[in-house]
Amino acid sequence: MTGRSRWAWLGFVVPLAFLGVFFVYPVGAIIVRGLRPDGRWQLGVFGDVVSDPYQRRIVWFSLWQATVSTVLTVVVALPVAALFARFEFRGRRLLWSLLLVPFVLPTVVVGAAFLALLGPKAATGIDLHGTIGLVLIAHVFFNLAVVVRTVGGFWGNLDPSLEDAARTLGASRWQAFREVTLPLLRPALAAASSIVFLFCFTSFGVVLLLGGPRARTLEVEIYDQTARFLRLDIAAVLAIVQLVGVGLVLVVYARYQQRRSVQQVLRPRREVAHAPRTRGERLFVAGVLTGMAVGLGAPLLVLVWRSFAAGGKPTLRYWQALGASPRGGTLFVSPLSAVANSLAAAAVATIVAVTIGGLAAWALARRGRGTGAGRAATVSFDAVLMLPLATSAVTVGFGFLIALDEPPLDLRDSWWLVPLAQATVAVPFVIRILVPVLRSIDGQLREAAALLGASPAQVWREVDLPIVFRALLVSAGFAFAISMGEFGATVFLARPDHPTMPVAIYRFLGRPGALNLGQGMVLATVLMAVTAAVVVVIDRVRVGQLGEF
Amino acid sequence: MLAVRGLRVTYPHAPRPALDAIDLVVGDGEVVTVLGPSGCGKSTLLRAVAGLVEPESGHIELGGRDLAGVAPHRRGIGLMFQDYALFPHRDVGDNVAFGLRMRGDRPAARDARVADLLALVGLSGAERRAVSTLSGGERQRVALARALAPSPDLLMLDEPLGALDRSLRDRLVHELAELFAEVGVSALYVTHDQTEALGLGHRVVVMEAGRVAQQGPPAEVWARPSTPFVARFLGFTNLVDVEVRDAMAQTPWGPVPMAGSDDGSTVLLVRPEAISLGGGTGAGSVRATVDDVVFQGGQWRVVLRIGDLLLEAVVAGSWTGAVGPPLVTRTTVAVRIDPAGVQTLGDPALPTGGAPR
Repeated sequence: MTGRSRWAWLGFVVPLAFLGVFFVYPVGAIIVRGLRPDGRWQLGVFGDVVSDPYQRRIVWFSLWQATVSTVLTVVVALPVAALFARFEFRGRRLLWSLLLVPFVLPTVVVGAAFLALLGPKAATGIDLHGTIGLVLIAHVFFNLAVVVRTVGGFWGNLDPSLEDAARTLGASRWQAFREVTLPLLRPALAAASSIVFLFCFTSFGVVLLLGGPRARTLEVEIYDQTARFLRLDIAAVLAIVQLVGVGLVLVVYARYQQRRSVQQVLRPRREVAHAPRTRGERLFVAGVLTGMAVGLGAPLLVLVWRSFAAGGKPTLRYWQALGASPRGGTLFVSPLSAVANSLAAAAVATIVAVTIGGLAAWALARRGRGTGAGRAATVSFDAVLMLPLATSAVTVGFGFLIALDEPPLDLRDSWWLVPLAQATVAVPFVIRILVPVLRSIDGQLREAAALLGASPAQVWREVDLPIVFRALLVSAGFAFAISMGEFGATVFLARPDHPTMPVAIYRFLGRPGALNLGQGMVLATVLMAVTAAVVVVIDRVRVGQLGEF
Repeated sequence: MLAVRGLRVTYPHAPRPALDAIDLVVGDGEVVTVLGPSGCGKSTLLRAVAGLVEPESGHIELGGRDLAGVAPHRRGIGLMFQDYALFPHRDVGDNVAFGLRMRGDRPAARDARVADLLALVGLSGAERRAVSTLSGGERQRVALARALAPSPDLLMLDEPLGALDRSLRDRLVHELAELFAEVGVSALYVTHDQTEALGLGHRVVVMEAGRVAQQGPPAEVWARPSTPFVARFLGFTNLVDVEVRDAMAQTPWGPVPMAGSDDGSTVLLVRPEAISLGGGTGAGSVRATVDDVVFQGGQWRVVLRIGDLLLEAVVAGSWTGAVGPPLVTRTTVAVRIDPAGVQTLGDPALPTGGAPR
């Protein structure tokens, strides 16, 4: 043990150093650049922005659309969570995995899918482009998995006899749900909805593609002020406003988490779930499954269909153009090279994210059950590591752009900018997946192995490693999928001749012409297929149901 | 009060019904205990009566009312769950008041009733305690108070003492019996513990693999187990396969008269008390080898070998005098098996015994 403790500081120092350089420094630079443009603090711009009715409308819109999106997501997700928690049916496991596809799907692809489904010249004939409704629908689609998997996973271990007890005490089905199940689900609901709220509050790709001129979030405004109007001061103020908002949500959530703590007996899933028995139960299962097929399947299928269709007729034209790089085309390179760029950047980002996240998770898991000052330190370490999850990707990308452009870290034209930014965004996910698994390794397992004659090294190899290895694979898969789809930061950082797939899709969809649209759909389909494959594979490798997301 | 006829329940994808051809009656103020091993369907029986699982066929009536299609919350049946199912997010008082609140009692009436019930189960003043601070025995009491609070027509209990340790269990069996008598409630009580079943029930229903194997008053079931399964479940181990010829059972210790038995093969039950050691002559005398002697506190269990047959006898322990075992293993002893303590068990396929009243 002493041998391992000697290196324990690495688990804290390396992730903190990484975060310092690639998160705190860039975000700090935004603040400084915006408010101290020429060596003196100029807080006047703060007042200008805050009193500008246009900007206030954007703040207000960001807040209320996030609130409405969250409420809608929870309402839609609850029946789906109930389905997975309480019922056993054929294909349940695969569906549980596939649920994650919309969530890890790049926002740009989700945007493209809804454009194809409910946009101009949509297959359905309904055009909601530029309406808030379309943004809300896309947010629900995108975040459904967060609520279903967090709440459903918890619900699936909730003792069903509690609800039965309420029924025998005279509660109707609805009363039993409201009085017993719902209060017990509250911690999981709070966790899931605060994450969904943050994602929607800082929503970028979806709003950029679907929102049009009226529906604009802070995130979109920050991007425009930077990339289009070159008003770094306004962008900085907006980024600060957004950071404060995010921080408030995190604080409220943390306080809530401390106060709730109902001790409950959790049950193994096989005692909770059963095949639908009554007519009502069969109707419920069939209804929810149909709803899922339509709501989650239709946007994705339309995407695939549009990549094969020109003017309502099937064609392979867009797929054949994958390798071509026409002069004066939308991209400076062929779509295929965008695929290659994405794969390379995501691979590097994955290695970085798993290394940094793995070290941090190791440090967190080791100190998991400390007390007093040590515990407080661990908790704050944990919170700091989560910051990138809550901060918008656009802020990170913008920060990279203005901070890492001078010695000693001049990465301005470096290929490394993109994977590093993607890794920063992916690290919190890696930690969130690894920590519960590492903590779950039963002390008794190690003791049993030791009593059977295993040396400490053998214990680690025989007990820890097999479990940790699978968790590492899962987190690597997640980091890879997230990096592949990362848009907010990458769109700032990718060089014009080195677009990743999401950036290329965005450019294709932003230009007129059937070929551009078709090629955007082709790339979106490829990206969707890759992320779906990754997600299904990692869900198979997973140990039990541990880990968040 | 409760009448169950021809009840059959099959779970989806299950190879055989969880319950089949169940006939059962619980009279007014009667306590009926259902005894059986885990997986015999006894919990399913309670869930079907409570309306938590839908029967495939059969009738359930409570107080003359057909319960088919009646939702669980409109049945007026209290169910105390195996692990109590106390609501962890509510305190003791709110747990007990839950059923009262559901039926719309006023707060003042609720509080009074909660106080009464907590007094009844010996937990006066525990209203504001958190469920997580209760001991196992206290949880059991709160669950009982909660189930009794809305004055159900029928109280059902699913292994209510299963999670408690032996000494607490023995005390609570006694307390429950008194409490049932005091409240005068009709109760259906499920357990796998024969001392609970025999000690609490006015009648005992023994279940095997989803069917009723035997039912009747506890003393009668104890005196005349109808099948080898029932006998084994009541703790009898001395079951002997024999042939009966001319009303005489051909046993390894000689012929035993079996008046009224048809010729053919059957199973005999030898009560351990009927085996006396160290002498005796006449019918039932035989020499046996001592196979094993096990100290059981108040008594010794002695395993005897007669040919290929193993029989268990009991020898009272002595708390004065010598402390060592009464017999030495591998020695031979003279044994007498009293023919009065040897009885036939019915055909295992035919449940017999006390009809429902």
